[in-house]
Amino acid sequence: MATKGKLLVVDDELSVRDSLSKWFREEGYDVGFAESAREALEKMAGEHFDLALVDIKMPGTDGVELQKRMHEINPEMIVIMMTGYASVETAVTALKNGAYDYIAKPFDPDDMANTIHNALAHRRSERENAQLRQTVATMAQPKELIGESLAMKRVFEAIQTVGPTEANVLIKGESGTGKELCARAIHSASPRRLNPLVVIHCGALTETLLESELFGHEKGAFTGAQYRRKGSFEVAEGGTILLDEIGDVSLKTQTDLLRVLQEREITRVGSSRPIPVDFRCIAATNRNLEALVREGKFRLDLFYRLNVFQIELPPLRERKGDIPLLADHFLRKFAASMNKRITRISPAAMDLLDRYYWPGNVRELENAIERAMVVAQEPELQEQDFSLKLSGPEHTVRSLEDVERAHILSVIDECNGNQTLAAEVLDIDRVTLHNKLKKYGWIKATANVL
Amino acid sequence: MKKIRLLQLGEIPSALVAGLKVGLTRELSVPCDILPPAPPPSYALNPARQQYCSTQILAELAAQAAPPGTKLLAVTSNDLFIPILTFVFGEAQMNGMCALVSTFRLRQEFYGLPPDAELLQGRLVKEAVHELGHTLGIAHCEDYNCVMAPSHAVEWIDLKKAALCEACRATVATV
Repeated sequence: MATKGKLLVVDDELSVRDSLSKWFREEGYDVGFAESAREALEKMAGEHFDLALVDIKMPGTDGVELQKRMHEINPEMIVIMMTGYASVETAVTALKNGAYDYIAKPFDPDDMANTIHNALAHRRSERENAQLRQTVATMAQPKELIGESLAMKRVFEAIQTVGPTEANVLIKGESGTGKELCARAIHSASPRRLNPLVVIHCGALTETLLESELFGHEKGAFTGAQYRRKGSFEVAEGGTILLDEIGDVSLKTQTDLLRVLQEREITRVGSSRPIPVDFRCIAATNRNLEALVREGKFRLDLFYRLNVFQIELPPLRERKGDIPLLADHFLRKFAASMNKRITRISPAAMDLLDRYYWPGNVRELENAIERAMVVAQEPELQEQDFSLKLSGPEHTVRSLEDVERAHILSVIDECNGNQTLAAEVLDIDRVTLHNKLKKYGWIKATANVL
Repeated sequence: MKKIRLLQLGEIPSALVAGLKVGLTRELSVPCDILPPAPPPSYALNPARQQYCSTQILAELAAQAAPPGTKLLAVTSNDLFIPILTFVFGEAQMNGMCALVSTFRLRQEFYGLPPDAELLQGRLVKEAVHELGHTLGIAHCEDYNCVMAPSHAVEWIDLKKAALCEACRATVATV
């Protein structure tokens, strides 16, 4: 039989521990007990408890101090103080410090049962509330994948096929092709849709930060870890986790990820206690993972785990038939948000959009429309409203890296070397931009000039 | 369980004990023997609380030899407690041999109401079946109609029935 919850009884009196333990077990709770603050904290380090009943008067560290330490370790834990009639003032102090309630010894059985039941029900409601808020936020995302081209129809079919399953999915595609939207569509088509979709941009975080973000950490695990924190795998409980830019993850973190995918349990940074987790994994990358595997930069076993089902999003230049549809969608979106009566795109402007190479794909198209909407006169977008520079025919056969380099360097130039602004224009995070500028030699060159 | 041995601790009206025997036999389908009465459990009296420690009484009962397959149910008219609670209606050894119930707070007079012999009889049978259920290894039941539902106040006892629900009955069948 499933227990109603796990309780920790902390009291220095054996008779109290015994009678409460027996009584709560009969009530259907799982009960642990400790005779001192020290023992209680040791138990908390190895086990998860939903609620603690703490006697205020104990030798050594008293209940009020223990309650504070318990909340430092686990802020979500419900702590109910047990007190004699004489120490009601102390109990009030504990309440001010974050204790949920206090009850005077001896307890009326009905009061005790109601207090515990209500406290646990309250905490469950809080958790459900937080989960629902995240779910609603996910569902309220107005963005969706748009396209009528054959390539996109195949993508939609793949999403409908794999969505309802539990299979891990690897989404491949250039930057700006809509990998996150694709992951959201898969999540929405799955039985997990009412639980959270948690997105982690792996490339934006350092190895240590990523580890803490994914797996959580214990209090004191590293400098600045003042409180215990749940990682993304725990937050995604029952839902989906999207590991974006998976190709940028270090080999060390790859090993940790592999273990999580295999064992379905995580270990917080600074802890040795495994915690079971229930999630579905979607990974996304704009890099060639097979090539990274060959170069020894990506683990083959992790690749197999992630690549159970693969969806490849086509670059915009390979589905130019979708440009009018997408452009119209973005036009209506920005017209509404900017309160502008711009209702159409002139044929000449549409021709420009069609001829452009779109290295930044749909995201770049969205940004281009947004920018044009700012400068355009009602009622339509004109060719001159766009600041797109058409590549010459000789450039259309350039590699993606060359196009990317040219585009990034052109944007950074336009932004007078302001990386933050350039990152915003390119709609990538600053760390990624910094890495790319380093890769293309811009940072070094600039440093030499300085 | 082959037989229930019913032991009075101190004075209990004989009609109430006889009615309890009938009720237990009916609800648990097990024969019930009434043992010769024993003195009140004065050894378990807590002078400060003027109540009797049920855990102490149970320990005393458990120390007595019992024929295999039997359960010992003691009935007292004294007010029972465990150290952390203001009172208990009864207590039992989970998966053990002994159970204990008190009539003290089952009486309407305790709540300032006129006596009601029939209601008292019904409450006593329910509490006795409940505690014996614990000796058979049954924990509290979520079904508020089931006799194994927790009852922390007399109103909850009145609400439930004297019988085990299907699920609890199935548990007993496997014992």
